[in-house]
Amino acid sequence: MTIRCVYIPADAAALSVGAGDVARAVEAEVAAGRADVSIVRTGSRGLFWLEPLLEIETPEGRLGFGPVTAEDVTGILAAGADHPLCVGLVEEIPWLKSQQRVTFARCGVIDPLSLSDYEAHGGLKGLRRALDMAPDDIVAAVTASGLRGRGGAGFPTGIKWRTVAGATADRKYVVCNADEGDSGTFADRMLMEGDPFLLIEGMVIAGLAVGATKGFVYVRSEYPHAFRKLRKAIGIAQAAGMLGRNILGSGRRFDLEARLGAGAYICGEETSLLESLEGKRGQVRPKPPLPALHGLFGRPTVVNNVLSLAAVPTILAEGAEYYRDLGVGRSRGTMPIQLAGNVRRGGLIERAFGLTLREIVEDYGGGTRTGRPVRAVQVGGPLGAYWPTSLFDTPFDYEAFASRGGMIGHGGVVVFDDSVDLLRQARFAFAFCAFESCGKCTPCRIGSTRGVETMDRIARGDRVADNLALVRDLCEVLRDGSLCALGGLTHVPVLSALDHFPEDFDRQPAVAAE
Amino acid sequence: MSELDAAEVREIAEALRSLDGALLPILHAINDRFGYVDEAAVPIIADVLNLSRAEVHGVLTFYHDFRREPAKRHIVRLCRAEACQSLGADRLAEELDAALGTGTDATVETVYCLGNCALSPAALVDGKLYGRVTTDSVLALVRR
Ligand SMILES: Cc1cc2nc3c(=O)[nH]c(=O)nc-3n(C[C@H](O)[C@H](O)[C@H](O)COP(=O)(O)O)c2cc1C
Ligand code: SF4
Ligand code: FES
Repeated sequence: MTIRCVYIPADAAALSVGAGDVARAVEAEVAAGRADVSIVRTGSRGLFWLEPLLEIETPEGRLGFGPVTAEDVTGILAAGADHPLCVGLVEEIPWLKSQQRVTFARCGVIDPLSLSDYEAHGGLKGLRRALDMAPDDIVAAVTASGLRGRGGAGFPTGIKWRTVAGATADRKYVVCNADEGDSGTFADRMLMEGDPFLLIEGMVIAGLAVGATKGFVYVRSEYPHAFRKLRKAIGIAQAAGMLGRNILGSGRRFDLEARLGAGAYICGEETSLLESLEGKRGQVRPKPPLPALHGLFGRPTVVNNVLSLAAVPTILAEGAEYYRDLGVGRSRGTMPIQLAGNVRRGGLIERAFGLTLREIVEDYGGGTRTGRPVRAVQVGGPLGAYWPTSLFDTPFDYEAFASRGGMIGHGGVVVFDDSVDLLRQARFAFAFCAFESCGKCTPCRIGSTRGVETMDRIARGDRVADNLALVRDLCEVLRDGSLCALGGLTHVPVLSALDHFPEDFDRQPAVAAE
Repeated sequence: MSELDAAEVREIAEALRSLDGALLPILHAINDRFGYVDEAAVPIIADVLNLSRAEVHGVLTFYHDFRREPAKRHIVRLCRAEACQSLGADRLAEELDAALGTGTDATVETVYCLGNCALSPAALVDGKLYGRVTTDSVLALVRR
């Protein structure tokens, strides 16, 4: 077997379990003359249960090994396919092979900072096409694809773009929401680390479509590694003429800046994010006016999630029908589902909408990491519902989830085993709302704290029925009296826990138990 | 804050003032340089950006990231969000608090999600991300 290339992820999650040590061990083998290979540092393929995943190029394809430690390296380079950690050809691993990688097709495959690698794997095709199109036609293609915002609310991207395109102003902006604050989500981070040029390409296309010449990516500060990668990629794109005053020689202009958040969940909400970018406290603005008309520095602004923007180059390159033909009902295209928490095989699953929660948790996930039975999953981040196993046949699509009282949000699925206490989780939902509230609305700011106190009384067995009624009442006040979805959706995790797992709230008074 | 520091704060603020929405980048730069944002930096930044002190103070205190007091040598930012809770982050936090207590050169802070939820529990230790952490693995990092 002739070894040419070894691929090791430099993705933050892979590094967090030792991918850096593995890369250094391979370097040491090369330095000592025991191996003759070149090393490419990729993003992650999202098979986090196999990270650190090392891949060796062979004539048949890339042979995978995982999870690898530095100590395994010498043996792997010597034994190849015969090594016990060999998982076969990576593309043939059923967990990956059954996916439909569209947005994440290159992630983990290429060197994320090589523009020539990017182009060799289909990059820039969408942008080239967009440069030949009228702005209206770009907007029409995105509309026809059926793409809905992947950041949570699922608003049609084409309609948002049309509003911004139709507005007149001296300047317009494209803002990428890379705040990714939901627990259980990491797709934005993976994409920025593993294929940053795709996001950049999507943003340039958005700029062309709506007539904006400046973009910002707002990256949460909890992602220092992704931020550095993205900054580097922006510099490379600038130097190569993919950004700047003459995009790919077209005479068109688009400048891009990456900015760091400062640790506030609410800054993922689009109007808070704009306030934060303007250098202010990240407090929610009332709508209207819509950011599409009155956004950053008062100018018309497209605000889109990383995954929405990253879907756009494919839509232009392969056609709106290609994208629209994936999916079910009004949920078109693919959704990067992030499977996390207490699960055996967690990671990124990109599939057309429509597979069931059961397929995600049982087939991909393989049950819990602790080996105990699955009891609940929370889908859609801290404002998403807790689902019991009896609802596992719900298909993954916006409407199906909404009709059962939940939401798919940014696509995070967090698994809990039977040791979970849903009262504790419901209490946390209130506590999180209290901690992250921007402070503008009284129900959200104060009601959430009362929610925590009431949960504590229930936990002590103190007038349980009365206090449960009070919780429901509070939830209603929060839902109806909040300006944004932080306060407005906190009832979702709380009431889903209560409705689906009432036994956890049926506490006996502490004294009676003595 | 010494005179030297005050001069450096002004220098940092002036270098970044021309950015659109310069206040956050300036606060980040000062926080990174000194490990915290001293109260005495507020009037200097306000002066450079032509803002009121109250505005600068309001922004400084709104965000969880900006430290108001010097940091300890090691900072453990432990994720306590749902995916990490599902694998015992709350117990981990209690154990770390007990083991590190006061008097040590390490602080344990709470963050909500580090994007490493498939490898929970997760922590950022001195700016570096770790997955599937245990009480012992974190203690080993801060006691090196
Ligand atoms: C409390 C709150 C937090 C949010 N966090 C995020 C986030 O982290 N990332 C994101 O893209 N959208 C987030 N959103 C949704 C944004 O407000 C907005 O809908 C989205 O960025 C629009 O982009 P899209 O249409 O591409 O989804 C959040 C909304 C709320 C109410
Ligand atoms: S609901 Fe909460 S976070 Fe949203 S605007 Fe009101 S106070 Fe701010
Ligand atoms: S929930 Fe802990 S890293 Fe995401």
